[in-house]
Amino acid sequence: MGDVTKLIARRLVYGALTLLVVSILIFFAVELLPGDIAQAVLGQGATKETVAALREQMGLDQPAPVRYLHWLAGAVHGDFGVSLISGDRVSAVIGPRFLNTLFLASYAAVIAVPFAITLGILVALLRNSIFDRVANVVTLTAISSPEFFLGYILILFFAVKTSAFPAIASIGSHMSFGDLLYRSFLPALTLVLVVTAHMMRMTRAAIISLLASPYIEMARLKGVSPWRVIVRHALPNAWAPIINVVALNLAYLITGVVLVEVVFVYPGIGQLLVDAVSKRDFPIVQACCLIFAATFILLNLAADVGAILTNPRLRHPK
Amino acid sequence: MAKNKDVLLRIRDLRIEAQTDDEWQEIVHGVNLTLHRGEVLGLIGESGAGKSTIGLAAMGFARDGCRISGGSVEFDGMELTTSSPSALRALRGSRIAYVAQSAAASFNPAHKIIDQHVEAPVMYRIRKRAEAQEDAMQLYERLRLPNPQEIGFRYPHQVSGGQLQRAMTAMAMACRPDLIIFDEPTTALDVTTQIEVLAAIRDIVDQFDTAAIYITHDLAVVAQMADRIKVLLKGEEIEEASTEKMLEDPQEDYTRSLWAVRSFERQQKPRPDDGTKPVVSVQDIDAAYGDTKVLEDVSFDIYPGMTVAVVGESGSGKSTTARCITGLLPPAKGRILFDGTEMPPAFRQRSKDQLRQVQMIYQMADTALNPRLRIGEIIGRPARFYGGLRGVKLKNRVDELLGLIELEPSKFYSRFPPELSGGQKQRIGIARALAAEPRFIICDEVTSALDQLVAEGILKLLDRLQKELGLAYMFITHDLATVRAIADEVVVMQRGRVVEQGPKDEMFQPPHHPYTDLLLSSVPEMDPNWLTALLEERGVDNVGEAAKV
Amino acid sequence: MSHFVLGYFAVLIAASCLAAYFGRRPVFMLLFVLTLASALAGLFGGVPALRFLTGAAAVLALAAGISYAFREFLAIVFGGEAERELKNAPLTAIFGLFVIAVYAIAAVFAPIIAPFGQAEVVSSAFAPADAHMLLGADQLGRDMFSRIIFGARNSVGIALMATLLAFFFGALGGLIAAVRGGVIDTLIGRIADVIMSVPSLIFSLLMLSIFGTSIVVIVIVVAVIYSPRVFRLTRAVAGNIVVMDYIEAARLRGEGDWYLIRREILPNATAPLVAEFGLEFCFVFLLISGLSFLGLGIQPPTADWGSMVRENATLISFGELTPLIPAAAIALLTVAVNFVVDWMLWRSSGLKE
Repeated sequence: MGDVTKLIARRLVYGALTLLVVSILIFFAVELLPGDIAQAVLGQGATKETVAALREQMGLDQPAPVRYLHWLAGAVHGDFGVSLISGDRVSAVIGPRFLNTLFLASYAAVIAVPFAITLGILVALLRNSIFDRVANVVTLTAISSPEFFLGYILILFFAVKTSAFPAIASIGSHMSFGDLLYRSFLPALTLVLVVTAHMMRMTRAAIISLLASPYIEMARLKGVSPWRVIVRHALPNAWAPIINVVALNLAYLITGVVLVEVVFVYPGIGQLLVDAVSKRDFPIVQACCLIFAATFILLNLAADVGAILTNPRLRHPK
Repeated sequence: MAKNKDVLLRIRDLRIEAQTDDEWQEIVHGVNLTLHRGEVLGLIGESGAGKSTIGLAAMGFARDGCRISGGSVEFDGMELTTSSPSALRALRGSRIAYVAQSAAASFNPAHKIIDQHVEAPVMYRIRKRAEAQEDAMQLYERLRLPNPQEIGFRYPHQVSGGQLQRAMTAMAMACRPDLIIFDEPTTALDVTTQIEVLAAIRDIVDQFDTAAIYITHDLAVVAQMADRIKVLLKGEEIEEASTEKMLEDPQEDYTRSLWAVRSFERQQKPRPDDGTKPVVSVQDIDAAYGDTKVLEDVSFDIYPGMTVAVVGESGSGKSTTARCITGLLPPAKGRILFDGTEMPPAFRQRSKDQLRQVQMIYQMADTALNPRLRIGEIIGRPARFYGGLRGVKLKNRVDELLGLIELEPSKFYSRFPPELSGGQKQRIGIARALAAEPRFIICDEVTSALDQLVAEGILKLLDRLQKELGLAYMFITHDLATVRAIADEVVVMQRGRVVEQGPKDEMFQPPHHPYTDLLLSSVPEMDPNWLTALLEERGVDNVGEAAKV
Repeated sequence: MSHFVLGYFAVLIAASCLAAYFGRRPVFMLLFVLTLASALAGLFGGVPALRFLTGAAAVLALAAGISYAFREFLAIVFGGEAERELKNAPLTAIFGLFVIAVYAIAAVFAPIIAPFGQAEVVSSAFAPADAHMLLGADQLGRDMFSRIIFGARNSVGIALMATLLAFFFGALGGLIAAVRGGVIDTLIGRIADVIMSVPSLIFSLLMLSIFGTSIVVIVIVVAVIYSPRVFRLTRAVAGNIVVMDYIEAARLRGEGDWYLIRREILPNATAPLVAEFGLEFCFVFLLISGLSFLGLGIQPPTADWGSMVRENATLISFGELTPLIPAAAIALLTVAVNFVVDWMLWRSSGLKE
């Protein structure tokens, strides 16, 4: 097992380093702001006193590296400072919204992952049939459509024309779980549509390249039934690509979630980020970016570690 | 050998089509074949002859993108071309088994060897799992695999290529089939390993009186294995006869031309004794990839107008030596002299003229020529780069070079490499090397990817060019027939060291270094009794150990 | 049951039977599955669902018809080798080409085609469609149709610029990394890794919040975000080429890096790179549209499809289709490019998988 442990350790260290570099990037990007941050935030009309007060509040009198270390230390404890606009603690604003976003993403993932992988395998087995071609066109169309297009179409059909589901996904902590599911159904469905299409195509490609291996032909020449070829000979080797597909698409969900939250006015972290960007509320922007990036890096990390763990050549070294 | 005369497999007028660009093209044009119980039939032909396709069709199987379009395949009274998929499945693995070319790729990396071995017998309820495992170990022992009790519990990537190939033969035997298809089972192996596998296969086929179709492109190999031989060319059968008759008295021109290939042999030239300095002198070279040492104290000289063959199996360091000479891999120790002066170790430090003097011809002509450049530019570039030729002069030079390699200039000048045959591509590779007007050319397995007839043409061409232009060659090869044909001196390498070197005629006469001996004696000969004789000489049980010298 | 429903199923079943009779198994399977699916849809969605399916089928048939005719047209215009290629091309790819051609014409001749200027207020807010205004007016009373035509110029133009820039940096980096190897390769690779470890939308939001939302900033930011993806692909493609013996031969000849890139690598990398350009364009186009939709991309009064969706979104709640038209325009172009790319990839792979 020595090799595997070493590989995983190396991958973990690399992931941590990447996260560190990204945090530096996010923090110092704001430093690139032309001119004085406080001035930029308050605009030209601000008085000298208010600018000075803001500078004081942001700790701008200290050198940037020191402020970065403070910020990073805070971030590790979940403290991202205070909002420049409202003066609320960033962590207090983000906390519940982050949970909402997580809820929406997991809602979509729980439906999309099994659905897409089953369909992807099915389409790979039926490759070159008419169903494969139809699936190809349909998934390509779904991938090509912007999330807000799919979102509005769903609103039009399910909220406006039939009023089966609410167009605005206003949720709160007091609601029952069933109610939450019902109210956030349309945003989740939008995400499911896009992610399923991506995942199906990637699963199909992975399975097809696997089915072309000589050992699959060998299994068929041993008289193994098609079903058993898949389950016993293809699947054990398919975990790495499938894990990869899932992780990549979950990572994709994070980006998709921003647009979908705006379309459905869903109280999540994505909408918060968009608001903060237009108001130039940098502490919130930085915090949101760090959270999104960290999730993204973590998922990619999980994919790589999963691929290492399921590789028989690495699991059973010489 | 008394063979039971029941017909086991009868193929009549078999036609197979392959799909290219939405069109079906016939690639096997009406082949007939009859195989009796316990009989071994050799299918022989060059690449593209359709051997593997026919072998698979004997199992009622066509690869994706292929289909059996006509004729009949009758196995033990059952028509396979019209059988249902489930009926065919019931046959495969149990009554007809398959041994693939690359065992390393054909074993599933996710399961232990023995689990894959017992899959078919357990599935067909021929044996219980424990019995099947016991049987597997006995087969491993019979095939002389090391640690037969334990080797099955390893994963495929933990076992060497030659052992895997034997394990795959054992797996094919698991259900004691009536027929086994061997699809080039030793092509990917070194000669010394090949012997073990050949002996094992022949042994087990004899013991269980299994019928077999043995597919290969190597005549000498098939002569050891088959009772009868069938010669194929481009999906058509040329002729068929018993092995002895086929070797002694082939009827067709094509077959005779195959046999004739090994006749080319050049007189050995002695070293010049007038104090001429060697063109290339390799002196005490060590080299390593990272921490792995791959060359140790390699030294040899190459004199003008002479051919030095560097012989060894994969991993012996012969290609690495070439990389050191060209400067792609600067040696860790030692010097390389060109015409008596030391060359900088890395090619980037060498002068344009030093680079010009050492040229290389590659094994795979496909990857050695840029598929998107016209022949005229491929050959013209060195002439332009080194000689500064332009315009009409350049065109004339390219025409001259094309003439040298016996290709019609007007026909080839503006074509692209993918439009050429393998032999033509290799000739272009030679012309590109010549365009630099070098004094020394490294030929890296230049004939091993070619069909034998074409390879012979290339060897003759290289020989003629050497005489006309006074070139020195370093010939990297694992094929002793090539060495016999073209070398003046031989360097034998094993595991990064030179184990023996000297003039060719001496090298083919005993006494030898034990490894040279093993290498020489392992090369299959046309004589159908060669393998039997060799095994008797070595003592059958020592086959495995002999390779480990 | 209405006559429509009866007719609907009669047509489907008759078509299935015909397909079965003439031995067109794939067609039969498709039609029959469609029949079964329609039965289900009818059960749950009633007549409107069936009408919707009919409409969708009619649109598909129209698209197929246009593509078929366009293929013949192209084949006749180009002739020769291209004719054979085109005849083998799937209808989807031809449809893609057709759509791209239409967009290109709209973008180039926008001022001539559009009846009004893109910022011209010609009517009251949300005025319905009439003889002058094909699609009605937007929230400020500007002509929707004109704005969509101009949008082809603005939205596509900016995305194209950003893609070109991303491609220039990414491909150059990839080629240099592949040829040079060693430290340069590792360094560029690490930089790309870092940029790619932040989701693209998030990264662009961060950058736009800092540098503002001018077109130059958008183009540069998007190019920076996407060049690592181009870099990775180019590096991979070129990486497969550099190990070829002909590259080794050229190196041993003493050729410089620039010659290697220009004559030996690029000619062999064009097919995957062109396909990648199409794919990257789709990603860039969707990202910029997304930013515009969030109000952080191309700024008014420049007509842009993403912003138009946002500005007119309120109309959706009245069951109006108008805000969906610019969104559909985005989707249609991306679909079209993807169809063409799909065809190119399939052709260059040379496999029938």
